[in-house]
Amino acid sequence: MTDVLSAVLLLSGVSLALIAGLGLVRFPDVFSRMHAATKPTTLGVLLVTVGASLQVDSGDDRVKLLLVAAFQFLTAPVAAHMIGRAAYRTGAGAIDELVVDELRD
Amino acid sequence: MTVVATICLVALCLAALLVLVRLALGPTVPDRIVALDTLLQLVLMGIAIGAALTGDGSFLAVLVAVSLLGFVGTVTVARFVERRGS
Repeated sequence: MTDVLSAVLLLSGVSLALIAGLGLVRFPDVFSRMHAATKPTTLGVLLVTVGASLQVDSGDDRVKLLLVAAFQFLTAPVAAHMIGRAAYRTGAGAIDELVVDELRD
Repeated sequence: MTVVATICLVALCLAALLVLVRLALGPTVPDRIVALDTLLQLVLMGIAIGAALTGDGSFLAVLVAVSLLGFVGTVTVARFVERRGS
């Protein structure tokens, strides 16, 4: 039973990573690429680590996997925010095409 | 379990190829930072699937180290780009 559950978790996490890769290639702008790249991979890492923790034998390995899932969930938004701020401030993102730009007004 | 793990690893390689395409094409530096951050999380998934496949956890210390270093690296480069301009 746990094999089926971890297989489902692993496959869904990896499919999220594929979707993130696809979105990263196809989207036109830095900000939209960040939407595609950062959110699904964070959830994907969470799903894969939980799926892998069902398979691992000893207890402390399971703790390490869940620790990594918690780290990724805490640090990924901060890293994405820093990249977005850097892109906005250096004008890398297409600022003039933005429909709503609350930072400017 | 091995079939599922091999399918997952092949799909991860495909996703990594897509990310490498963006890494090569990315016109600005923040594009490349996002691509590298995604690539790093793919590596995390690969290590976790490898641990699930073999069942032994000796490689999981690398997992924790890579996830922390990835975050520090991304934040450092983002600050560098902010000061220097992309």
